[in-house]
Amino acid sequence: MSLLIAGGLVVDPAQNLAAPRDLLIEGGKIAALEAPGTIPGNGRQVIAAQNLVVTPGLIDMHVHLREPGEEYKETILTGTQAAVAGGFTAVAAMPNTRPVNDNAAVTRFILEAAGAANLARVYPVGAISMGSAGHTLSEYGDQKAAGAVAFSDDGRPVMHPMLMRRALEYARTFNLFLIAHEEDLDLRADGVMHEGRISLELGLRGIPSAAEEAMIFRDLALLQLTGGRLHIAHVSAFGSVALIRTAKAAGLSVTAETAPHYFSLTDEAVMGYDTNAKVNPPLRTAEDVAAIKAGLADGALDAIACDHAPHTSLEKDLEFEAAAFGLIGLETSLGLSLKLVHDGILSLSQLVAAMSTNPARILGVPGGVLSPGSPADITLIDLNRTWQVDANSFASKSRNCPFHEWTLRGKAVMTIVGGRVVWQEG
Amino acid sequence: MEYMEFRRKDLLGIAELAPEEIRHILATASSLKEISARPIKKVPTLRGKTVVTVFYEPSTRTRMSFEIAAKRLSADTLNLTVAASSAVKGETLMDTAHNLEAMQPDLLVIRHPASGAPHYLARRLKCGVINAGDGLHEHPTQALLDLLTVEEAKGRLDGLKVAIIGDIAHSRVARSDIQAFTKMGSQVTVAGPATMLPPHLESLGARVTCSLEEAVAGADVIMMLRLQLERMGQMFLSTLREYSRYFGLAPRHLKLAQPDVIVMHPGPLNRGVEISPEVADGAHSVILEQVTNGVAVRMAMLYLLIGGEKA
Repeated sequence: MSLLIAGGLVVDPAQNLAAPRDLLIEGGKIAALEAPGTIPGNGRQVIAAQNLVVTPGLIDMHVHLREPGEEYKETILTGTQAAVAGGFTAVAAMPNTRPVNDNAAVTRFILEAAGAANLARVYPVGAISMGSAGHTLSEYGDQKAAGAVAFSDDGRPVMHPMLMRRALEYARTFNLFLIAHEEDLDLRADGVMHEGRISLELGLRGIPSAAEEAMIFRDLALLQLTGGRLHIAHVSAFGSVALIRTAKAAGLSVTAETAPHYFSLTDEAVMGYDTNAKVNPPLRTAEDVAAIKAGLADGALDAIACDHAPHTSLEKDLEFEAAAFGLIGLETSLGLSLKLVHDGILSLSQLVAAMSTNPARILGVPGGVLSPGSPADITLIDLNRTWQVDANSFASKSRNCPFHEWTLRGKAVMTIVGGRVVWQEG
Repeated sequence: MEYMEFRRKDLLGIAELAPEEIRHILATASSLKEISARPIKKVPTLRGKTVVTVFYEPSTRTRMSFEIAAKRLSADTLNLTVAASSAVKGETLMDTAHNLEAMQPDLLVIRHPASGAPHYLARRLKCGVINAGDGLHEHPTQALLDLLTVEEAKGRLDGLKVAIIGDIAHSRVARSDIQAFTKMGSQVTVAGPATMLPPHLESLGARVTCSLEEAVAGADVIMMLRLQLERMGQMFLSTLREYSRYFGLAPRHLKLAQPDVIVMHPGPLNRGVEISPEVADGAHSVILEQVTNGVAVRMAMLYLLIGGEKA
């Protein structure tokens, strides 16, 4: 069957393209990309996209799908339902499940469940260390063969510097890369929010930006030593952006992501002890938000990934200190990120690069481009659709969203994976 | 006393109180204080009202102070203690609170180690909530009794120099007092080792120094904080000996302050650590007046929150 997406504004940074095009899909792949009106619609299913933006399918390279082990929070099915509803055609699933994804059996289980769900593509991330316990390297070669695309102990840092050195080297052995959760646990101690004016006022123990920056500095030094490749997860702090920018200028093979909440919220969101604003790394200050935006604009930060972290009222309807870290983002990520475009901070091409092209390149997975022969993973976006966030209507099982009732401008209206429409605005 | 309706359901912190509300509370406390000096220390004002104190942290004086205050106003009191509570059985704070509320108390007085726990309850419960100390956050009735004590000693609350000395970082008393004295027009200076002075204290209106001598110079009020001895193992300090030498209040320091300086302490004292016995028991000390005023201030809060007809 062939599908024609007619006349949309095709934004595909990999081809340096941002112009109206007809896009023809056949056999699950991009068959042709031509000037508008040149591909005949007869005998084809035609999607009129004249008022829409057509991008390579969005890829969120940092989500927690909670399966196996915490299916009451999210499953691979509901997580990928949330992904496609948010315009994502692929996600990278972090390994801090129960059991931890530190072996090929768990990796295969995740891929089987994702295949059964048959919505967004799921790229498993394996654990850096067995059980993410920070002692023994897990089986990178085996897991890569089973389908793992990267390795991370996300949710916690690799505290032992020698293990981090060996992990960088061992990953290089298999032509793999690491995703680092950068946090010095000794500096964080009992911290539950950013250390600053608001933590002082609320009497909550602080997590200084230095807890993130010091660990990034360590890992950049190790990267210099080992020659591996490193991706830095969920960058939140002013100083972190500067460190990464400097390392890139020096030629280190480092990439980095931030999350929409780090450019949409400050630590003031915690006031009133709102546990939906409890996230790690923590929401920081206006100065940090400005640095994150600048980092996205100048390329110090490569990707936007939402760190979708579902929790239920069991983990969140508690005293602030007792509540779990984390918030969900798959269904708000694009809307929040488009604000950067509406505000003139990023061009539309830069945004698509951060949400599709670059994640595909960093993960080394297909997609992220709409050239003929590529997989037909496509997101259709209505840039000017104004909508109100309603966490209660999310496809995700969880509701821990600090953006509930926010009005956003811009929304995915159709998500196509492998040439198949897996979600469209109802 | 000038009549003013107190419209709040809860007392959660000094942060949300306006200066005129604070003045109203203090005036109410002053007028209720004489009840405690009567031979029969009881009035029927809160007869038929139920006050439940829920303490998730050990406390002697604050809890007793609330209980005596409630009894002097004829309220029925019920104490939920941590050891006997469901907390150890894994019941959530919310479930405990809903169970208590189902017994229809008029007011919950809560102390909890988590900052914001009273706010969490206040948002979800129909009955009033008094914060009797939440984590590192606030201890509003302590600040109110401190204000009352200073007002009685100095005749005013504005234009005073107030020094608060010790572990500011871990002190809910300090957070409440800094805001309370600043709101009433006095200048607060805090002092302690830099390990115990969190950044951004200036944003609360305080001056910050690491020198005890500098903080007490010209002070009208010196407030010493209790050094929590468990901090010793947590890299905040070197030795108790050195802490006491640099941040313990001794008679020689009083010479730097105003001649009529008063010395306060929220208790319990670590004699010989943050305060020398000579100062604690000396002529400038108002530490026991603070305890007496604690009852008056808590009577005032109970009266204002659940006494009379609430709109």
